[in-house]
Amino acid sequence: MNDLATIGLELAVVLTGLGVLLADLWLAPARRPRLALVTALALGAILVASFWVPAEPARTAFAGLYVADGLALFFKRFFLLAALLVTALAWEFRDGFEAGHAEYHALSCFALAGMMFAASARHFALLFVAVELVTVTFYVLVSFQRRRETALEAGVKYLILGALASAFLVFGMALVQAGAGTLAFTALAERIETFTGNPLVVAGLLLVGVGLGFKIAVVPFQIWVPDVYQGSPLPTTAFLAAGSKATGVVLLLRVLHEAAPALTARAGLLLAALAVATMFYGALGALPQRSLRRLMGYSSIANAGFLLVGFATRDAAGVEAVLVYLAGYLFAVLLVFLVATLVWRGAGGDDLETLGGLGQQAPGLAAALTLGAASLAGVPPLAGFLGKFLLLRAALRAGGGDPVLYLLAGLTLVAAVIALYYYFGLVRAVYWGDTAGVTAPVPVGGPGRLALLACSAGVVGLGLVPGPVLAWARAAAHGLGL
Amino acid sequence: MANLTFIIFCPLVAAGVIALLPRTFNVLFRLLALGATGLSLLGALRVFLALEPGAAGLQFEQQVPWIPALGISYHVGVDGLNAGLLLMGALVAFAAVCVSREITARQQVYYVLLLLMTGGILGAFVAFDLFLFYVFHELALVPTFLLIGLWGRGEERTFASFQITLYLSLGALVALAGLIALYVQAGAGTFNLPELTRHLAAQPLPVRVQTWVFGLLLFGFGVLVALWPFHTWAPAGYAAAPTAAAMLHAGVIKKFGLYGLIRVALPLLPEGAEAWVTLLAWLALGNILYCGLVAMRQRDLHRLIGNSSVAHMGFAFLGIASLSVVGVTGAVVVMVAHGLLAALSFAVSGYLHQHLRTVNLDQLGGLLRAMPFLGGVMVMAMFAGCGLPGFANFPGEALTLFGAWPNHRLVVILAAWGALVVAAVYMLRAVRALWHGPLPERWGEAQDARGAWVRLPYALLLGALVVFGCAPRLLTDPLRPVVVRLLAPPAGADATAAGLAGGATAPGRLAGLPAAGAGKVGR
Repeated sequence: MNDLATIGLELAVVLTGLGVLLADLWLAPARRPRLALVTALALGAILVASFWVPAEPARTAFAGLYVADGLALFFKRFFLLAALLVTALAWEFRDGFEAGHAEYHALSCFALAGMMFAASARHFALLFVAVELVTVTFYVLVSFQRRRETALEAGVKYLILGALASAFLVFGMALVQAGAGTLAFTALAERIETFTGNPLVVAGLLLVGVGLGFKIAVVPFQIWVPDVYQGSPLPTTAFLAAGSKATGVVLLLRVLHEAAPALTARAGLLLAALAVATMFYGALGALPQRSLRRLMGYSSIANAGFLLVGFATRDAAGVEAVLVYLAGYLFAVLLVFLVATLVWRGAGGDDLETLGGLGQQAPGLAAALTLGAASLAGVPPLAGFLGKFLLLRAALRAGGGDPVLYLLAGLTLVAAVIALYYYFGLVRAVYWGDTAGVTAPVPVGGPGRLALLACSAGVVGLGLVPGPVLAWARAAAHGLGL
Repeated sequence: MANLTFIIFCPLVAAGVIALLPRTFNVLFRLLALGATGLSLLGALRVFLALEPGAAGLQFEQQVPWIPALGISYHVGVDGLNAGLLLMGALVAFAAVCVSREITARQQVYYVLLLLMTGGILGAFVAFDLFLFYVFHELALVPTFLLIGLWGRGEERTFASFQITLYLSLGALVALAGLIALYVQAGAGTFNLPELTRHLAAQPLPVRVQTWVFGLLLFGFGVLVALWPFHTWAPAGYAAAPTAAAMLHAGVIKKFGLYGLIRVALPLLPEGAEAWVTLLAWLALGNILYCGLVAMRQRDLHRLIGNSSVAHMGFAFLGIASLSVVGVTGAVVVMVAHGLLAALSFAVSGYLHQHLRTVNLDQLGGLLRAMPFLGGVMVMAMFAGCGLPGFANFPGEALTLFGAWPNHRLVVILAAWGALVVAAVYMLRAVRALWHGPLPERWGEAQDARGAWVRLPYALLLGALVVFGCAPRLLTDPLRPVVVRLLAPPAGADATAAGLAGGATAPGRLAGLPAAGAGKVGR
């Protein structure tokens, strides 16, 4: 019973999902889209409730499989907020779905539950179950518009590559179990010192890293990202960009710092090399893109590279930077996808040039998109700048002990300038692109308006008043034992 | 009104108000912008006049913790160094709003961006927290992208807007890396400049660290100021920018890099500076001579002014490279003078472009007959650009050359040649091509600036140029003790020693300072 109380937040989310599925049975088809609003209200209530859950002291459940500490709580709130905003986005997108509104929201809730369990995983078994819960629901969410060829293509690609990544994950776990005899993070951490020379355990952990790298979109496991982002319905894309990526991030943090700290201490060069490869692949790949969703796909890869900078420093400052960066990224990315949803609704197009009239027809939306792009580009005083600033600070601070990080900081600057080019290209498209694209004012519903406001406030507020988020990030990093 | 936060936030709040108004209130947008920048100007003027020249430490200081976890605070203040720059920035901003009458499309977005830029500029000059300093600068920089792209001139404006934004962002990020490195290496856990200064005075960084951090700051800030050979963004960007953006950018934002070097790099990294000054002096010569020669070949008035503005930055760099009180004082005077001059020149060339649709020197001529007022203003601006006594540029340039003479003789000889001959050649040739000779028939109808409101920005800028030219002590008197303190050896960093250090170094280092009389003349 105590265990069930500990996982109360997850239970509430699962129950919301089940409730939505049941409600579908009694509602007339015309009223089903409104389930989005019910879901959003429920998620909002759970998000508010999460602030009454104490972070200290950390509580465990199910014999140490599950832990509720500062890091877990940070990410649970993150995921709840992401899901809440994505639900608002799905409400605005409702014309894009022929049917299955209830299923869409229920699946979103189940994916959310998977993410929240992942945030608390302290055992490879729970890690795997949580990751699979997220991945399998996303197989469906990605190809939800099943009459669109691109959606099916995206679904198949995500299915095959996702299954492959899961196979790597399981295989890696099997090797760890075979070599070290345990799958619990804390037990492994105690023994890892004796296994650093053991190729079985090292290979196993590397394969686990492959599985998580797929989620985060780290080069060379990023190949699915642009196609899947382009083919999925916009709410799914947004959820992939914000939620699914963060799932990989929190799990990687746990594996690196809780399961294998002794190995992590030696992985600086590997992480730095992956960071550089990822950020440059993403930034350079984004330059020629003309489709907004592909652009955001490559941008998501580039951002994975920036996040890895924080991993490469392997200290508390780096982890804090990663968390703050992710928080800023959440708001900015959802802001961009919200505007995209409002402009294109269910329509298939997403050509950047057709954004042209937005500056004239809908100055508010144009300003919102500009805000999102500017934050992603790292323009102060917005949230994205604070994230990049903290990453750079962490790298320069840790550089004293490891000069590779100075090089990494320098290359990060170059990649950030390249990224500026395409984010400002987005702004250019909005203000002086082809004006034939948007010819009438864009109607925005109440939930969409609220979500826009929330994201804008997040982007600006996190940049101007970062105190609380910084404190949570610090507590979370502290929970990792850093 | 003499409150720095009020001065900075007047334009920012006005920008917010304009953004929330309905789209059709065009007259109100303009009035609000005029009012906000006017109030900032009045505030800056009062701060400038109320400044006590000899006082140690900051005046009008305000400090509020902002992000305590990172050692970041909202900390603003003025001393002799930035009071003049603040006044200059506010004046140029007001003039820029005045000449924005030419903008007719999308006025709401335009004024929001212009006011954001103004707030950013004014904030950057009074910020005493490195993080705040950087944030305000970026706030000023980013709107230029949209201003050039949306209201810019010429076919290449999209390219120019991207070039200027990316180039300057790279420079700014390198400078940011330098600032963070300074923060990390100092180990004081604060971005607050006075605290950092005290900390580093007690425990200076090793010379090797100082050298590479100074290098980062030098090239990061250098790109922002168009240090040769990183200057190529400037003429093209200014040629494409709308008048007000060119005025604010060339006049004020570009001074941010120089200000950063003087305020942050020189006092905190004195030994690092030693390693770079020779290179810096020669690069400054590149600005003065190379860009001067390029300016001689220009047939487009915007580009000529743009190149000449890059060339003038060479004097400021030379003054900084001198590492002497005279030279650095001169550099600050050049910054103020050039800010006014660049704004004035771009205001006139923007007016010409607006009314004649071209500023190609080959197609123009004899305009003094059609436009006596603007012609007179422009001729005087060009004289100021040649370094004619009576305009503020003269004391500035002379001081930088005097200051640099002991250490960089060859550079000074070549720079003086560049200042006197090259500048005179391109300025006077431009005067002849524009204003003298026969008036082509199609320009017969050209309208001069008429009415007090239209003439006001030109008169203000020119008036300030003349006032500071005839009474440079208005600038140099408050400047001297601050510069002495900034350049003093670390032991002199505390307040009591500042006066002593000033007294000790004055006879030797201030020999060339014409305004450095024994007693302070009350104003």
